[in-house]
Amino acid sequence: MTVVLAAAAAALFGCGTYLLLQRQLTRVIIGLALLAHGANLLIVLSAGSRGEPTFIGSGAAEDFLDPLPQAFVLTAIVITFGVTAFLLALAYRSWVLTHDDEVQDDIEDRLVARRTAAEDVEDALAAAAEADRAVRELADSDASATEPAGHRAALGHETPR
Amino acid sequence: MTALLTLPVALPLAAAALSVVVGRWRTAQRAVGLMTLTTLLGTSVALLVAVDRDGPEATQVGGWPAPFGITLVADRLAAAMLVVSMVMLLAVLVYAIGQGGEERRHVGFHPVYLALTAGVAAAFLTGDLFNLFVSFEVMLTSSYVLLTLGARADQVRSGMTYVVISLVASALFLTALGLTYAAAGTVNIADLAVRLGDVPVGVRQALVLLLLVVFGIKAAIFPLFFWLPDSYPTAPTAITAVFAGLLTKVGIYAIVRSQTALLPPGDRPEALLLAIAAATMLVGVLGAIAQNDVKRILSFHIVSQIGYMVMGLGLFTVAGVAGAVYYILHHIIVKTTLFLTGGLVERWAGTGHLDRLGGLVGTAPVIAVLFLLPALSLAGIPPLSGFVAKLALVEAGLDQGWWLIVTVSLVVSLLTLFSMTKIWTGAFWGEPEPAADTQPPLPVGMLAPTAALVALSLAVALFAGPVYGFAERAAVDLLDASVYQRTVLGP
Repeated sequence: MTVVLAAAAAALFGCGTYLLLQRQLTRVIIGLALLAHGANLLIVLSAGSRGEPTFIGSGAAEDFLDPLPQAFVLTAIVITFGVTAFLLALAYRSWVLTHDDEVQDDIEDRLVARRTAAEDVEDALAAAAEADRAVRELADSDASATEPAGHRAALGHETPR
Repeated sequence: MTALLTLPVALPLAAAALSVVVGRWRTAQRAVGLMTLTTLLGTSVALLVAVDRDGPEATQVGGWPAPFGITLVADRLAAAMLVVSMVMLLAVLVYAIGQGGEERRHVGFHPVYLALTAGVAAAFLTGDLFNLFVSFEVMLTSSYVLLTLGARADQVRSGMTYVVISLVASALFLTALGLTYAAAGTVNIADLAVRLGDVPVGVRQALVLLLLVVFGIKAAIFPLFFWLPDSYPTAPTAITAVFAGLLTKVGIYAIVRSQTALLPPGDRPEALLLAIAAATMLVGVLGAIAQNDVKRILSFHIVSQIGYMVMGLGLFTVAGVAGAVYYILHHIIVKTTLFLTGGLVERWAGTGHLDRLGGLVGTAPVIAVLFLLPALSLAGIPPLSGFVAKLALVEAGLDQGWWLIVTVSLVVSLLTLFSMTKIWTGAFWGEPEPAADTQPPLPVGMLAPTAALVALSLAVALFAGPVYGFAERAAVDLLDASVYQRTVLGP
């Protein structure tokens, strides 16, 4: 029994983590709920392996299950419930504002991406200019070898860059 | 004594309920909020005096004996944290009332603010890991609401990050609780310290490290700090000031408590904590240097300053932990003041962006003074409180021969000064911006609490001797876990 429950907790943790890493807010919220369920199951398991009730009947203390973890879990469930409700409201608000269920980009990330893109463009321009100059020099040296000087000056004149 | 211990938790909760009932009348709400926080300030000062005179005090709520019932316990650190937070919460409430804004627009501000107070107080006073979880949740849920009060697009975006990361931390905390209970059969901190002795070393260390991760997310230590500079700046100024001054420090408090109370001296992860401290300091201050907005710069500095506190703890000597305690007390006041001043700048000039600010020294000299003192204190310029705190940490580090961390801390200090100079030259020096002359005067309700906090931080520097002496007594209590155990479990 303990093994089955432990495996269930592990599965909940795994699915929760997977969903948490998605971009849709609804999936993130479900992921968080699954994580909390996994943790709660773990706490229930920490009471011991037997399935006896905690307070019903009478007998020696050893015959009963430890009630404290169940009190913990009840508290934790209530808290998770409240916070999940808040999170859903927040996700709805986000949807109203952006008409999109996706986690929005981080502003800093976007700035960095834009700067990198700008640098790429600059690099490309610089490389193009360099290639241009090299071609022209090649043409110049060819011209100096084969053409008269007047034509060479005209060739230099028509390059605006 | 029972009343002194339970009042900081029970009173703000009752007041929050009352504040909802009288929500129709803003004056009544304000009176309830101010009176509650003033009473709590008085209570916590009384508690601090009692605890410093007689040693730690504990009470069992509901009368169940120690490992089973709800334990409230105040030692010197908890009482001091309580006093400083109450001062700061009261000052910020006055500021928020003076500022208008969210406080005026939303009927929920006062009740949620009081619930936050209850959560913070409970986190300091609880003697039980599960109740620490509950207090964290009370505090965090209130902070979610306060962070997103306006429900603007940027608030929802950053609020989402903040809520999700906090919930992941909460799920981890629950997991840690389950594992701890399975391993040791108790979650009472004092009882746990005894019973963890029978648990295999590997399991014990894994549990305490899991707790370090959980509290590390709340305290924003490296590498778990990424959510903080994103989410804090979008909240209204008064709220950001509370978050900046208090919430991460509750996380640090939990780290200090768990690392000192749960582990015997030989097992404490000194090198790990010092490495985390160095990385936190460096990453935070480098992030701050790259920023161009007052609130964002200050938010990155929170991260950097957290590193100093972890450094003091990581030394695990009386001098080191005393330095950390002094640092926390100094930091709560100074950081809050800086954010409040940032709010004054925004109110005066209409923006917090350094490119669009300038010449405030000429147009608003009062703001300039109120910014300069805490900023220099944050950087550690003598004779301000930050200098005393950093000196204590550096001396403690040198005593133990940790040259590397001491070097890092001094370099980071210098970079902090550089970053503060950036705000100073960007906002206060230079040519005044054209629109700055036509501003209405700043409300006294905003200026007075800021000035009071600046005065308090000067007092912490002026009475550095007695305050540091107190911090040393607190550190002795923390490092010798048996005092705490005797208080909670009885002799």
